[in-house]
Amino acid sequence: MDNIIKADNISFYYSDIQDEDKPAENKIQIFDGLSLEIAKGSFTVILGHNGCGKSTLAKHMNAILLPCGGKMYAAGIDTADEERIFEIREHIGMVFQNPDNQIVASVVEEDAAFALENMGVPPEEMRQRVDDALKAVGMYEYREHSPSQLSGGQKQRVAIAGIIAMQPDCIVLDEPTAMLDPVGRREVMKTVKRLNREKGVTIVLITHYMDEAAQAERVVVMDGGRIILDDTPCEVFSHVDRLREVGLDVPQSTQLMYIMKQNGYKSADTHIINEEECADLLYDILTKGEQK
Amino acid sequence: MLKDITIGQYFPGNSLLHTMDARFKIIVTAIFIVMIFAADSFSALLPPLIFFILAFALSGLPVKLIARSMKPIIPVLVFTSVLNVFFVDGKALVSIFGINITDEGLIISGMMVLRLIALICGSSLLTYTTSPIILTDAIEKMLKPLSKIGFPAHELAMMMTIALRFIPTLIEETDKIMSAQKARGAELDSGTLVQRAKALVPILIPLFVSSFRRAEELALAMECRCYHGGEGRTKLREPVSGGKDYAALGVTLLFLCAVLLINMGKVVI
Ligand SMILES: Nc1ncnc2c1ncn2[C@@H]1O[C@H](COP(=O)(O)OP(=O)(O)OP(=O)(O)O)[C@@H](O)[C@H]1O
Ligand SMILES: [Mg+2]
Repeated sequence: MDNIIKADNISFYYSDIQDEDKPAENKIQIFDGLSLEIAKGSFTVILGHNGCGKSTLAKHMNAILLPCGGKMYAAGIDTADEERIFEIREHIGMVFQNPDNQIVASVVEEDAAFALENMGVPPEEMRQRVDDALKAVGMYEYREHSPSQLSGGQKQRVAIAGIIAMQPDCIVLDEPTAMLDPVGRREVMKTVKRLNREKGVTIVLITHYMDEAAQAERVVVMDGGRIILDDTPCEVFSHVDRLREVGLDVPQSTQLMYIMKQNGYKSADTHIINEEECADLLYDILTKGEQK
Repeated sequence: MLKDITIGQYFPGNSLLHTMDARFKIIVTAIFIVMIFAADSFSALLPPLIFFILAFALSGLPVKLIARSMKPIIPVLVFTSVLNVFFVDGKALVSIFGINITDEGLIISGMMVLRLIALICGSSLLTYTTSPIILTDAIEKMLKPLSKIGFPAHELAMMMTIALRFIPTLIEETDKIMSAQKARGAELDSGTLVQRAKALVPILIPLFVSSFRRAEELALAMECRCYHGGEGRTKLREPVSGGKDYAALGVTLLFLCAVLLINMGKVVI
């Protein structure tokens, strides 16, 4: 099995009326035939402006929401299979935006153990897994602290530890850095990338920060519940105009390249997404004295 | 200013009392309370007093903590003792403005004050030496048998856990909202009682709204972590009882016997 997550032509709408017998009124259609596959071990970023359905898609990935049409598979299990719902959630962990609202216990290690307690893991094994998870996010020294004494970035790492303790194959993070300061953001991104690299955990990251997206292997851009771009960050960000149309920015380096290109610099390349490459190219242009 | 409130005053340590099984501590505290209310004379209050001094010495906590835990109940102590002194019938000792102060009244109010002090000291010792989370676990474990007849033991413990977790968060939030409203010109500390009560409304409403949003998000995060009630749940820290817990229980029961014997007049001090 190569795909950890597979959306097969799914459609979904929110409706005011929860009753299944009555026809739904006030439908808010979010997806209409959306397909997406996410490879095991990959690092995918999902971009899109506010309200385009990113969080809704994320909630389909661990059976919090079920598609109204089409099929959704998580870790090879159909998410509509109610009996295996906890199995799905063990495989696909989810981290949310506000760390304050996802920490359950008033001691760090107790919170990291919460999922394992629910799963009925025996205490000795639990101890081991909790310690490993806290070490993996670099919060082991804080295991006896109260979450209220921690910084935002530290809290978010505790929340991530609570998920990795389940030893999931995939972690879906819904704007995990949106409420953090630059230091906290860096801490969280470093942790996420290390998990992906060292433990082979599949990462699906939803974000509004382009510099975070530039660090992924693959970027999926959504607009109005559809996928409009799906490629490597390099390729995706080279479509500067297309991204602007759907209300998205590009990394600053790409932006600079774009402006230079418009001003006639031939060697400027909008496939450049990070600062180093950008600096190298600028250096070349300046030393070789390329003219317009 | 709200941040100064400390909840579940717990003083970490490694003493015998700190390391005791919390379930036994709860039972011992309960027996201690029975002792002080069973005692019907000053001499019968002697065993619980000795018991408390022993326990406190074993806890290794500073003595000034007792004074600190007493502070909030001083008005209650004064009130009950004054009531008892004046309104209990008996042989009048002094009479002021037609109200008699009786010997009975003095004895009863003295007993009452001693009992209340002992009650507060005993239960404070429990919370001083037990972290709230361990206390919650112990309560859950003790109530577990009742869940067979439909008592929501796990749910109750979960509620306590979440409350403990969110109290600091909500206090912080209240502080922020208060500052925000003050910045908009709200006067929270002045005016008549009614005005002040009205000024609280713009603080409580945002607080409620945000609490509901928090609750929703928390429920979602719990669901994502496979939460499905108390069934088939294990614990990171299972409370374990050992020899010292049973020994402590035994000693406590001996003290209770002493009180009962003194009550019955079998032992005279
Ligand atoms: N529970 C709900 N009931 C009704 N409509 C909803 C519900 N949740 C979301 N929506 C609507 O669905 C649309 C998509 O929401 P979603 O949360 O998936 O967007 P998003 O891409 O995550 O946005 P953001 O970047 O702001 O997080 C929005 O228009 C939103 O108003
Ligand atoms: Mg969202």
